[in-house]
Amino acid sequence: MIMSRNTKSVIRIAVASAVVIIAIILEHTIAPDWIILFATYAAAFLVAGYDVLWKAVTNIAHGKVFDENFLMTIATIGAFAIGEYADAAAVMILYQIGEVFQRYAVGRSRRDIAKLMNIRPEEATVVRDGEEISLHPSEIAIGEIFVVKAGDKIPLDGNIVDGECNVDTSAITGESLPRNVKTGDNVISGCINLDGVLYVRATNTYDDSTVAKILDLVENATSQKAPAENFITKFSKYYTPVVVALAVLVGVLPPLVTGNFAIWDYWRIWLKRAMMFLFVSCPCALVISVPLGFFGGIAAASKRGILVKGSNYLEQLAKTDIIAFDKTGTLTKGNFVVTKVYPEENRQRVLKLAAIAEQYSNHPIAASIMREVKTDVPAKITEIAGKGLKALTETSEILCGNAQFLQDFGIECPVTNGGTTVYVAENGKFVGYIVIADELKSDSQQAIESLREMGCKTVMLTGDNAETAKQIADKVNVDMYLAELLPQQKAENLQTLKTGKNTVAFVGDGINDAPVLATADVGIAMGAMGSDAAIETADVVLMQDNPSAIADAKRIAKKTLNIVHENIVISLVIKFAVLILSVIGILDMLPYGMIIAILADVGVCFLAILNAMRAMVIKKTLNKQNNIKPTK
Amino acid sequence: MKKVIAMEDLDCANCAAKMERNICQIPGVKSCNINFLLQRMTLELDDENLENIIKQIKATVRKTEPDCRLKI
Repeated sequence: MIMSRNTKSVIRIAVASAVVIIAIILEHTIAPDWIILFATYAAAFLVAGYDVLWKAVTNIAHGKVFDENFLMTIATIGAFAIGEYADAAAVMILYQIGEVFQRYAVGRSRRDIAKLMNIRPEEATVVRDGEEISLHPSEIAIGEIFVVKAGDKIPLDGNIVDGECNVDTSAITGESLPRNVKTGDNVISGCINLDGVLYVRATNTYDDSTVAKILDLVENATSQKAPAENFITKFSKYYTPVVVALAVLVGVLPPLVTGNFAIWDYWRIWLKRAMMFLFVSCPCALVISVPLGFFGGIAAASKRGILVKGSNYLEQLAKTDIIAFDKTGTLTKGNFVVTKVYPEENRQRVLKLAAIAEQYSNHPIAASIMREVKTDVPAKITEIAGKGLKALTETSEILCGNAQFLQDFGIECPVTNGGTTVYVAENGKFVGYIVIADELKSDSQQAIESLREMGCKTVMLTGDNAETAKQIADKVNVDMYLAELLPQQKAENLQTLKTGKNTVAFVGDGINDAPVLATADVGIAMGAMGSDAAIETADVVLMQDNPSAIADAKRIAKKTLNIVHENIVISLVIKFAVLILSVIGILDMLPYGMIIAILADVGVCFLAILNAMRAMVIKKTLNKQNNIKPTK
Repeated sequence: MKKVIAMEDLDCANCAAKMERNICQIPGVKSCNINFLLQRMTLELDDENLENIIKQIKATVRKTEPDCRLKI
């Protein structure tokens, strides 16, 4: 569609240009009568710009004075009127070349964006009555079994009932390593089955699938406009009328005020300057390049598994100078493991005793002990809330809890620091202790480091005890940490961080942190694969759960904002330069002054679009280093 | 009600902005958002008199950018 329209324009431009060249040669060789020159230039002008003229006429009929076609028509016809035939024809041709370029560039970026977001599954194979039927994913109901063959996109979210394979999740998560899945695992729509065959039971309809949600989110993101965009919208509303008004003043006032209104040549000078005003009266470069930049940035981020819910959040993220992290599940894996048993030589015995006491508990600490040893010794358990457990077996009384708990029973024990420590005593005697700690994610440190390099202050907020918090904080090297916080206190502390001109982002798992996410300028939820709650509460959603994605998000946001600001500055500077140079008369002292004016305007628009498209480019280097995650 | 309409040959971003402004003026239109890149218009409309509202929207589009068409 775009091509065919453009081809037509290109032909017209070529013909018009040829005619102009002939006219110029004629003018400089045989110098025919002015009427012949006029006719030749006018012919070229009409070939190049008849559609502009026609639109101008219809728009005037609709009462639209500030339409760009109308203004272009006035300016070029005006140029004819003051005898600048060649310039008038050339300006129209250049204007049309600009339009072609603009359409081409917009078409290109539309296609690029479409490619970037090409994660929508188009076809699915469902098993009905033992037969495999191909249909659109939207026709599959919850509970139906569908087949995914090697190379196919997984059409719906579901649970594998049979099969094993590696899936490429990069389209959804940005994660480059394939993930191994087998019977019983959940799979996400939009991922690609690399090998093997999967039979999957649909857990969602197409409209509720992860892919549909992601696309919906990204496609609607630009409706939440960033301040920069709002500025442009406001600006463009007033820009054209103001420039037109100025053009009228420039064209009419000087001859009248100076008393030279009887001299035609004097009029010519000022009318020419007024026309140059009209050439730059369309704010197109700005209006097109700013949203394009934002959308490019949002699309690029989504390609990396970072969903930004609006241009405004992208702008906020770029400005963010304090990033607060939740600890568990964000900087750490949230899976507690036994890291130390004291005394080491009694390891099995200490663990065994603890396991007897903890065997009925479903606390993460109990789970980590139960992963180490199994027990089948029955026991009668009494829980002393917040302190520990007392277990009575046939042969002994086991105490299992914190140091205070044992001391309450009059048992001496060596107090240690760091991590969560479970002390164990049997029949009134201290046996040993178990240190349980949460593992740091492999890239937490690096993420904090990258953010610091970008000038961000990092803060860790946790509900955990001070000792554990300090340990983790030291390891990942955050600038500041606050421990033993209740959820509402996290929100309060975040509020304190926000005082002054700080822009604060908060990163959490999105499940327990809703109020904190809402308090932050930018709420970031991570590890959102399959969690609707997180997607709903956060402003920025990370599909993966590695913190280095935050640094990437920040980088993309910064780049996008830079591009947007560059475009605003370049466009405004060039437009104002043309206005000023033409009003003080420098442009019309130059040969082809009018052509320079229109070139500046068309050129800046094209430049701004090209620049905006840079926002879409994802640097490969961002990708490689961070995403090393063991396959499960 | 919410309505999403695909658009064709929306070439000029400034026109899209103008279109957005003008469509919002139409009685019965609560909000109008044009995504220039996806060539898509998202509308929030009153349920009553829908046909008439859509007709006005079409006319506004045609007036603002004669090349652009709504795909309804």
